[in-house]
Amino acid sequence: MRLLAALSGGVDSAVAAALAVEAGHDVTAVHLALSAAPATLRTGSRGCCSKEDARDASRVADLLGIPFYVWDLADRFRADVVDDFVAEYAAGRTPNPCLRCNEKIKFAAVLDRALALGFDAVVTGHHARLAGGELRRSVDEAKDQSYVLAVLTPEQLAGTVLPLGGLTKAEVRTAAAARGFGVADKPDSHDICFIADGDTAGFLRDRLGPQPGPVVDALTGAVVGGHEGAYAYTVGQRRGLALTVPAADGRPRYVLSVEPVSRTVTVGPGEALDTTSVRATAALWLAPRALPLACEVQLRAHGAVHACVASKDGSGGWRLELATAARGVAPGQAAVLYEGDRVLASATIA
Amino acid sequence: MAYLDHAASTPMLAEAVATVTAALAAALSAAGNASSLHSAGRQARRVVEESREQLAAALGARPSEIVFTGSGTESDNLAVKGIWWARHDADPRRTRVLASAVEHHAVLDAVEWLAGHEGATVEWLEVDEQGRLHPDVLREAIERSPDDVALVTVMWANNEVGTVQPVRRLADIAHEFGIPFHTDAVQAVGQLPVDVGASGVDALTLAGHKFGGPLGVGALVLGRDVACVPLLHGGGQERDVRSGTLDTPAVAGLALAAALAVERQPALHARLSGLRDDLVRRVQQAVPDAVLNGAPGRDRLPGNAHFSFPGCEGDSLLLLLDARGVEVSTGSACSAGVARPSHVLLAMGAAEVAARSSLRFSLGHSSTGADVDALLDALPGVVERARRAALPTLRR
Ligand SMILES: Cc1ncc(COP(=O)(O)O)c(C=O)c1O
Repeated sequence: MRLLAALSGGVDSAVAAALAVEAGHDVTAVHLALSAAPATLRTGSRGCCSKEDARDASRVADLLGIPFYVWDLADRFRADVVDDFVAEYAAGRTPNPCLRCNEKIKFAAVLDRALALGFDAVVTGHHARLAGGELRRSVDEAKDQSYVLAVLTPEQLAGTVLPLGGLTKAEVRTAAAARGFGVADKPDSHDICFIADGDTAGFLRDRLGPQPGPVVDALTGAVVGGHEGAYAYTVGQRRGLALTVPAADGRPRYVLSVEPVSRTVTVGPGEALDTTSVRATAALWLAPRALPLACEVQLRAHGAVHACVASKDGSGGWRLELATAARGVAPGQAAVLYEGDRVLASATIA
Repeated sequence: MAYLDHAASTPMLAEAVATVTAALAAALSAAGNASSLHSAGRQARRVVEESREQLAAALGARPSEIVFTGSGTESDNLAVKGIWWARHDADPRRTRVLASAVEHHAVLDAVEWLAGHEGATVEWLEVDEQGRLHPDVLREAIERSPDDVALVTVMWANNEVGTVQPVRRLADIAHEFGIPFHTDAVQAVGQLPVDVGASGVDALTLAGHKFGGPLGVGALVLGRDVACVPLLHGGGQERDVRSGTLDTPAVAGLALAAALAVERQPALHARLSGLRDDLVRRVQQAVPDAVLNGAPGRDRLPGNAHFSFPGCEGDSLLLLLDARGVEVSTGSACSAGVARPSHVLLAMGAAEVAARSSLRFSLGHSSTGADVDALLDALPGVVERARRAALPTLRR
């Protein structure tokens, strides 16, 4: 096959490209420039698309002897991922930008262009197994990324090759070292790539400006503090709450909900975050099943898996009844249904 | 392989390779620092000084005017910053830099640096839709306030679209007001007749790897009475303007390549413009809506053809041609390899979309008709495919 390998400059995509080359495919590499003003050097595990990352990616392509190009997708990334991220927070939801990037950039803009340029598929270094249209968890459960790929349509997955699903992260690093890749021991990236200092609240404050409002206790209805912008709070968050009135029971309080119009952040005890009933909309099926259905659900990246029964909610979405309570279910995140390690479907938590 | 990217770097001349290799081999037995007083040093110095004379003769300059540097970029920086500093030191009112809007980044970014760090004010002189700076535009900019102009810098020929500037007339205007004139002639040497004395310029940049010399060596031809503050301080080599032990083999290779390139320039011009005209005609036949950018006829580098392909992205075209063994350039790339819409095309009035849809084909001394054939073989299919691949932002 003619394959287009997306090289981020990290170890996973490097090994994915190498395995594709070694499997005999005709591979061309691209590095996606997602930032209009890339930093020169990367700082630890933070940030992305620095010039250093671009160089690391090009060195891997050199070693593999394959052509290497940089595609400038900074405008698309800003519109589809960064602006969407800010708008979702402003609306009181908690977006997952990696998932959005997969959905709109890597497996949309890049895949479309690759297919149009005559490639058969795109190769990435995601940790998940993909064969015969079935998307399954990586053998390395701790590194599994099937959750952030579950938003892809069957057509998108048909144009995707994921060579790493059968390898653990440690095996990937060994494979990289064996091939002489300088990135073999490069730290994994964490956090949100476009917020290089990790300060999400500060990033949002710069873009949305101060929007002060009250922090209200769910039990008493009393105003127990204030904030500079409800967008800086996520359901389940405990840190960063400047409460002026201590809780009557003296126990820690958590964000229970964020209401953007009245700018109200409601707080309460941890148990109030527990829920066994979740609603989700905009369902997308990879492996269609009839509802109601007994299966498992994951409600955030690297989150716990709950046994559940999924049924229709009467308005085109799902109602999920969980066997065990989930804490801090955040609207805007994806609910992904699994059957064992196989992805069945995804939807957005309402 | 068909190499149509000579403007980025052209293959070394066999004679220059032989000269560099011989000079390197001499270093096996004698460590030659051209600044040393013993006989090994004298031998190295002799090579450098003969090279200086050879280069000066090829360019209609005097040997004392040749300052060897490490690249075209360094020469541009030295001229722009060094002359600005010297002029500003002599009279602090002189802050203004007048430069064409289509300069190479080696000039553009050096000028912007002066503006950002030294209090220079910059005027980017507008060009016409063929990329030409009209002498009246320069005159008007100077006359607005002649006393505060530190220097004028206008390239001899543009590296993207190949447009040749009326350097002689521009230099004359600057001189009417006693203002020094620098020109970046990196693309011109070997493709056009370049005579420093006849051109009247005060400083001229050239780079070895654009006319068959080695990479990593250049020169600034700097008039004897042009004050220039050094960028590099140290041992005082090169008239105290550019300290640092010279790379003797590279300097020898540069000078020989320049001498040969200048000697062969008239024949090369005739051959390349024929080949280029053939290329242009055939591209326009194969892709009827392709737009040729730049100036016609004698106002263009003989090896340059630059097109916009409506509905395509330049980097898609480049990838597809590369896969077919045809090596070209979009003409402007930053260090991360990201294709930005070219400031040259934007200055010529092109829309951003058109600027992103462009490719440069550049021919040089080793180009043949087979290179043009290979391009035309691949181009129609490549353009069609690139159109389909255009991102929605371009499809709109
Ligand atoms: C017009 C022009 N000026 C300056 C340069 C820079 O020269 P060098 O590559 O020797 O630094 C180039 C070549 O890229 C050029 O085309």
